[in-house]
Amino acid sequence: MIGIALHIAAGCIALALVLNLWRLLRGPSLGDRIVALDTMVINAIALIVLIGMIGGNDTYFEAALLLAMVGFVSTIAYCKFILRGDIVE
Amino acid sequence: MSVLADIAIVALLLLGGGFALIGSWGLVRLPSTMERLHGPTKATTLGLGGLLLASVVYFQLRLGIWTAHELLISLFLFITAPISANMIAKVHLHRTRAGAATERDSIAGAPPRPGGEGDEGADWATFAAPQPGTPASTASD
Repeated sequence: MIGIALHIAAGCIALALVLNLWRLLRGPSLGDRIVALDTMVINAIALIVLIGMIGGNDTYFEAALLLAMVGFVSTIAYCKFILRGDIVE
Repeated sequence: MSVLADIAIVALLLLGGGFALIGSWGLVRLPSTMERLHGPTKATTLGLGGLLLASVVYFQLRLGIWTAHELLISLFLFITAPISANMIAKVHLHRTRAGAATERDSIAGAPPRPGGEGDEGADWATFAAPQPGTPASTASD
């Protein structure tokens, strides 16, 4: 039962990543692309957690934690660059 | 006990996957940028919260391993999601005011100015002059 639910959830996340990619490529404004990238990072974290559960391996969660931090910092850096023209002032 | 744990894990997994899918579907379907910001920042963090909770229960009850990484990830995401959403909204406001984003407004219209409708001088603090002594102010010298 859990195996089926894990694979259904992984399919949902994969479909969500495809939808995010469509929004990232289509645009139309810069804010949409930043939102799409941020959501793609969150969905990638979800996929890493699901892969860790499917494999029964808890080593993947360090990667998920690192990806969460890097995704947040990159989103903030991109926004700061658009707003101020500079990242570290 | 084991059946109850299985049902809880399956429910959390389906809830998480469904919410992540709904958030991304909202990102595709909603008509304007400010509305598109709404979908992922709420639904995806809730979906990921469900998946991480399912992972905690799964590793604790099925494999007997106590992992606190998921709680750390969800705490970090719940702190950072509003901050990044605020920054993205500021980028969109700034580009709209600067005339760089030529997209039609949502049904609710453009966001009002901070000092009220009649106050044309006030604006959202999305852009300010570089502070003295910083690289942004000394770059043009």
